Amino acid sequence: MLGLGKKDLSLLILVAVLTMLAPFLLNPFPTDSGLAQFNAGYPDLMQRFVIFGIFAIGFNILFGLTGYLSFGHAAFLGVGSYAAVWMFKLLSMNVVPAIILSVIIAGVFALAIGYISLRRSGIYFSILTLAFAQMSFALAYSVLTPITNGETGLQIALDDPRILGVSQTEDGSIPVTHFFGIEMRATEVLRLGGWEFQFSAGYYLCALVMLVAFYLAIRIFRSPFGMMLRAVKSNQQRLYYTGLNARPYTLAAFVISGMYAGLAGGLLASMDPLAGAERMQWTASGEVVLMTILGGAGTLIGPVLGAGFIKYFENIFSKLNDNVLHGWFAFLPDGLEDFVVTIVHPFVGKGWHLTLGLMFMAVVIFLPGGLVEGGQRIARLFRRRKASDEHRAAQETPAE
Amino acid sequence: MTNRFVTRRGVLKTSAIAGAGLALPTYLRAQESGFTNAPTGDTVTLGFNVPQTGPYADEGADELRAFELAVEHLNGGGDGGMLQTFSEKNLDGTGILGKKVEFVTGDTQTKSDAARASARSMIEKDGAVMISGGSSSGVAVAVQGLCQEAGVIFMAGLTHSNDTTGKDKKANGFRHFFNAYMSAAAMAPVLESLYGTDRKAYHLTADYTWGWTQQESIQAATEAMGWETVQNVLTPLAQTDFSSYIAPVLQSGADVLVLNHYGGNMVNSLTNAVQFGLREAQANGKDFQIVVPLYSELMARGAGENIKGIPGSQNWDWKIENELGSRYVGTNAFVKSFGEKYGFPPSQAAQTCYAQTLLYADAVSRANSFNPCAVAEALEDFEFDGLGNGPTSYRGSDHQCFKDVVVVRGKENPENEFDLVEIVEVTPTEQVTYEPDHPMFSGGSLGSCNPGA
Repeated sequence: MLGLGKKDLSLLILVAVLTMLAPFLLNPFPTDSGLAQFNAGYPDLMQRFVIFGIFAIGFNILFGLTGYLSFGHAAFLGVGSYAAVWMFKLLSMNVVPAIILSVIIAGVFALAIGYISLRRSGIYFSILTLAFAQMSFALAYSVLTPITNGETGLQIALDDPRILGVSQTEDGSIPVTHFFGIEMRATEVLRLGGWEFQFSAGYYLCALVMLVAFYLAIRIFRSPFGMMLRAVKSNQQRLYYTGLNARPYTLAAFVISGMYAGLAGGLLASMDPLAGAERMQWTASGEVVLMTILGGAGTLIGPVLGAGFIKYFENIFSKLNDNVLHGWFAFLPDGLEDFVVTIVHPFVGKGWHLTLGLMFMAVVIFLPGGLVEGGQRIARLFRRRKASDEHRAAQETPAE
Repeated sequence: MTNRFVTRRGVLKTSAIAGAGLALPTYLRAQESGFTNAPTGDTVTLGFNVPQTGPYADEGADELRAFELAVEHLNGGGDGGMLQTFSEKNLDGTGILGKKVEFVTGDTQTKSDAARASARSMIEKDGAVMISGGSSSGVAVAVQGLCQEAGVIFMAGLTHSNDTTGKDKKANGFRHFFNAYMSAAAMAPVLESLYGTDRKAYHLTADYTWGWTQQESIQAATEAMGWETVQNVLTPLAQTDFSSYIAPVLQSGADVLVLNHYGGNMVNSLTNAVQFGLREAQANGKDFQIVVPLYSELMARGAGENIKGIPGSQNWDWKIENELGSRYVGTNAFVKSFGEKYGFPPSQAAQTCYAQTLLYADAVSRANSFNPCAVAEALEDFEFDGLGNGPTSYRGSDHQCFKDVVVVRGKENPENEFDLVEIVEVTPTEQVTYEPDHPMFSGGSLGSCNPGA
């Protein structure tokens, strides 16, 4: 079905089920319990999970397949965001034209940068992309202030023209982003006992876009084009010696992956119509590299897992402050409580980067294939145990 | 084609959820109360969104201390601080409307993007009914816009740009802090008496909304008294070394350097300027001077020796009641409880955040509702006293507070490490008041108050 093999189809269905049920899965703790702190099922974070999932899937098409490590991918995300916000300012608050334009602009941008950067490979390519991204950041931050509004960030205002929409609503406020009338920030809340589940229109739009993006990525991975990209990764010299020019293939991969980043940027702006220059900074580019490697470069589901993992840390662990810690360890005697809090303190709140760094090191050292390899190892463990009972179980291993 | 498929899926999904929702005894948040995050239990959650990293981290840390202190006082802890002197007596230490006040904190990183993400998670996850904080006007403007969309009240903390209550003003946003125009209006007479009317100014300006409006205001005010503006150079907010910007100043023919910088930026640029010998320099036959329009104790502490004699303006100073009498009542009560808790006097950022929290709590009590529209109505054209700034009013037409502005300068011989600035003059409210449609503030509109879902 859908031109996918059985294994890929079941992976796609698994991802679809997970994203559709995310509001339930990410809110396992009742709202008034102490563990509610770890709930991630609120619209903002769920949207970030899938949007950065798209970003990482796109990055993985370039890095996972061709082995070209781009260190400037955030530039495309930023360009996509700016394009989308400009559409909101000039055309209408409908997210569709904004997202389309952000993909196109990011694609054109990627074509220009890719055309130059792909003349080199390896570390030189990484440095070139990094340089371009930093140039874009500097332009957005100061030189192009009339277009990007610099440090303040590009925002929509009451007096924007919006030729196909309205400049302001009847009650004099700024209209909100919508998908043919469905407001992106519309959220339905379902309360079941102590649990509270939030269903956001914006999240479901992002999730559906991600499923399409994921499906396309599977098709690319399994296509002859994907095979060529893998060939580039395994030995580019040999490709050239057989008389094949690899550049068009890598350039196509670069542009596709730039368009994915633009799509992510456009969605980010659709969920919250603001674009800041720091989206293009090198740290943002580094983040997507981390996501991909953490999840498992070259695998289908890995980047999505990595994106979710990092965003979870960024949003949940960074919110744990000393007050919360004292609450947790209140059962300990006073001196010991303070001691434990002092020990834990550097790893939460502002120090979430430290925890993430340690996790990243652990993953890279013990699971070079990323979280996906961890999953595979666990699966293999089960399979071995089951295999002694029945051999049939071997077919049920999760894909990738 | 694909899109239609997507929509149908979405519609099916939503209707399935709606069906399941109807079958069970559930409630939609909106139908219950009519506004976002109505507090249901016996607690109410406030969100304090301050920079914990970046150039304004010092201010952010002090704001957070003030918020914690305010919450403690609202809940009846400590000595009550400014609750004792506040002209309204609705707050009795039982929280707000009998609900205990709880708070969540977030890091804005001094970036609009991160600040909005942090504020969104406070509203969506923690159920915050009011967001406060700031410390960068770019962030404040961004978060204020978000609060307007989400339907919660934004009580701006330290934000000094004209735009916050000018072209970017919002019906759900309120600012207690003064602004760039007021700084300029208060400083101009002082600058005239200190340095005369024949001066040439060179501006270094932080490249974002606050810097732009600060520079514009100071330039207009100083040019009105005869100064000339030689050049205005914009510097990135994330800059930490300003040597390359300072070097050309002496050759430019200017004899005054105006540093439209704040926080870590100002500490670094002032230090660079002093290292380059600008303070001893002569230009056009006069002593070279440096002016820092927006001042704070925290910056003075960071800049150390270099700050001596340099004039600037402040929203409030912790010594003001001692030096200028009981018009500024509340100051000493606040300084006492802050000092007892943290061991040093509060900065102006702390005072404005503390005052904003109290003002919000009081407005909720008077409105007898947490509904943002009711709170906004209670705050509009509200006149109060006893929060350390003297008689103050919240103007309804732009949600800006009007009060006296303090002009200060770095003290030559500080008695201790907290006594770094001396008050030169207090400019009365009338002198810094402007019309809501003043050109520097025009172009925006409050819109109408949004109670959210």
